[in-house]
Amino acid sequence: MKPTGKITGAQALIRSLEMEGVEVMFGLPGGAILPVYDPLIDSSIRHILVRHEQGAGHMASGYAHATGRPGVAMVTSGPAATNIVTPLADAYLDSVPMVVITGQVPYAAIGTDAFQECDTVGITMPVTKHNWLVTDARDIPTIIREAFHVATTGRPGPVLVDFPKDVATQMMDWYWPDGVDMPGYKPTTKGHPKQVKDAARLIVAAQRPVIYAGGGILKARAADALKTFAELTGIPVVTTLMARGAFPDKHELCLGMPGMHGNYTAITALQQSDLLITLGARFDDRVTGKVGAFAPDAKIIHVDIDPAEQGKVRRPDVPIVGDCKQVIEELIKATKAEISKHAAANISEWKATIQQWQLDFPLYYEQEEGGTLKPQFVIEKLRENTPDDCILASGVGQHQMWASQHWQFNYPYTWINSGGLGTMGYSVPAAIGAKVGRPDRMVWAVDGDGCFQMTAQELVTAAAERIPVKIAILNNAYLGMVRQWQELFYEERYSEVYLSPDLPDYVKWAEAMGCVGMRCDNADDVVATIEKANAINDRPVVIDFRTDYREKVYPMVAAGTSNDDVILHPALNEKSR
Amino acid sequence: MAYNARHHILSVLVENKAGVLTRVAALFSRRAFNIVSLAVSPTEDERFSRMTIVVDADASPLEQIVKQLNKLIPVIKISEIAHSEGVEREMMLLTLKAGSETRSQVTELSSIFDAKIIDVGYEAMTMMVVGEPDKLDAFSDLVRPFGILEMQRTGRIAMPKLARQPVKLRAVRAARG
Ligand SMILES: Cc1ncc(C[n+]2csc(CCOP(=O)(O)OP(=O)(O)O)c2C)c(N)n1
Ligand SMILES: [Mg+2]
Repeated sequence: MKPTGKITGAQALIRSLEMEGVEVMFGLPGGAILPVYDPLIDSSIRHILVRHEQGAGHMASGYAHATGRPGVAMVTSGPAATNIVTPLADAYLDSVPMVVITGQVPYAAIGTDAFQECDTVGITMPVTKHNWLVTDARDIPTIIREAFHVATTGRPGPVLVDFPKDVATQMMDWYWPDGVDMPGYKPTTKGHPKQVKDAARLIVAAQRPVIYAGGGILKARAADALKTFAELTGIPVVTTLMARGAFPDKHELCLGMPGMHGNYTAITALQQSDLLITLGARFDDRVTGKVGAFAPDAKIIHVDIDPAEQGKVRRPDVPIVGDCKQVIEELIKATKAEISKHAAANISEWKATIQQWQLDFPLYYEQEEGGTLKPQFVIEKLRENTPDDCILASGVGQHQMWASQHWQFNYPYTWINSGGLGTMGYSVPAAIGAKVGRPDRMVWAVDGDGCFQMTAQELVTAAAERIPVKIAILNNAYLGMVRQWQELFYEERYSEVYLSPDLPDYVKWAEAMGCVGMRCDNADDVVATIEKANAINDRPVVIDFRTDYREKVYPMVAAGTSNDDVILHPALNEKSR
Repeated sequence: MAYNARHHILSVLVENKAGVLTRVAALFSRRAFNIVSLAVSPTEDERFSRMTIVVDADASPLEQIVKQLNKLIPVIKISEIAHSEGVEREMMLLTLKAGSETRSQVTELSSIFDAKIIDVGYEAMTMMVVGEPDKLDAFSDLVRPFGILEMQRTGRIAMPKLARQPVKLRAVRAARG
């Protein structure tokens, strides 16, 4: 805490970010944040100039997903602050650590409806883990330390620091606080020993156990612990949409994704289980279907760092508040101790049942020779022709579900998508953020034609900054997911879902943005096109895959119905119960 | 407001910082919880304020409310004060029609209820009643026939009963740290 001379608030902010180890930030300047952009010129921090502030937010999120470090975005006041509300809401629901800095009108002008004034702190309160309005430059180092601490500890999440223009020009004596002093913020990380012991007893006694792994595994960097635990107990694992990659799909214990568009086996294993070992998952309605009918015979162990998740949806038999990695490690010890006292229940019959489901009800689609290109086929070929640790981002819609279903995820942090908020337009900026964080990895995005049109302009950012991401548009000329619901639940009355396959011309658009554009409309050319894209490393690539608009995502559990009522692909129907 | 089993009194110690009330209020609206009354005041320690929040909820939503409140960073400690284990008080100001013909009846009722007359006009009187919420209900019911012109209540504040019997302030969550 030793003062090292007077500097401006703006300099203090930049220096604080450097002290927090920030190496890159995404943003776009404007009036209120101007003073902060000046010292940025002299900083070691790389700044990536986006084309829309929503892009900055999602890039920060993609960066955080891929690296585990907090993503940082900086934008000006008013419209820029409101433009970044969507990424904040997105990161809040998916517990993504992010620090967003917004400019604000001078403190004295707050409340006067000054030019580009809006109540940023008020607007973002419900979509941030916490936010701060800086009123005195002397508070800057303390607030920035607190902001990073809150964003990255406990249940991670986005935070926002609102920064009035006059605070940026105020002089202050520089200091760097030794730590944070937040009496109202002390997350619990260690599981309660008695609860852990109770959990181990249930685990050893269960006849039909399933590990229900959620995004918390990834946030806690607990993938290795999860693998050890699963292999120790031999208990099969489902990975939710937020947890794809947290347990390798190729592992014999991996059942894949449960939920509305999960596979039959994962859905049904949860449904018929007698013990759900819930690790960093939150009983989201997309997973449970009708809550009252979800896994009716299952006892619940619920490990979550957020006490408010315990009992929010489903009352646990054994709640354990703590960090997933720590608790799983504690569970491993406790389970071993339990097994040494008496052998675990025999679950081989349960595993045989599960294996039979896998044989009877696989994911299914048909790519006819010379027929229209199927989106699933594109994803499978993409998977086969990219490195095993390739990072995949996706938008929101049918393409997202197919990507999650048909991609084989074998490494943590290789899947980046918007699960909780379901934000169309997420993939292009998120992929860019991921590639910035992991330049050593190949980064692909699978996007929808609808999604692409929402944030495609960030490919200009990527081209300008030489960030070689690769985008596969599954162009079905429709808001496909909405079309699917209208087909199934609104008597094929298609209301406002048609987009057109060639308006815009995606190839020309890509070229105009400084990317390489390609088109592929038949199965025979898919691999060659992907290989061509893989060879380009100096700019982004966009491929317009013309896919079958009639294809639907199966299996499906219709909204509000029970997970007992899985709708299978029509071709598999006769095998159903 | 009469005793209601769905009403729970939460005594919430918060940091005395700008915007804390907004955070609490915003949380209630975002999570669709209902506030019956809310009183905020400084405490003996100037770093903190105390919010006494009466919420309308069943037991299990109440648990969610408490847990979500606890996640607010300026919230230091939350205690639920069970109806039978605390002392509750509320204040009411009430302006009544009271012309020459009813004035004496109104004053008589007031004295039974220990109500203080704090302002007298030509045809009306304002009085102050302090007590348990039930008493305030009873008083306003009794004087209603005379004509209530205006009424305001502060909302409850509450403290745990002292250790004549053991203190049973049920800490819903002990102070963090
Ligand atoms: C910002 C936003 N607006 C609307 C929606 C509702 N929505 C969910 S999926 C979808 C269709 C997406 O279309 P497209 O990107 O073409 O993907 P597809 O389903 O065709 O694969 C829509 C409109 C949403 N999730 N996000
Ligand atoms: Mg589409």
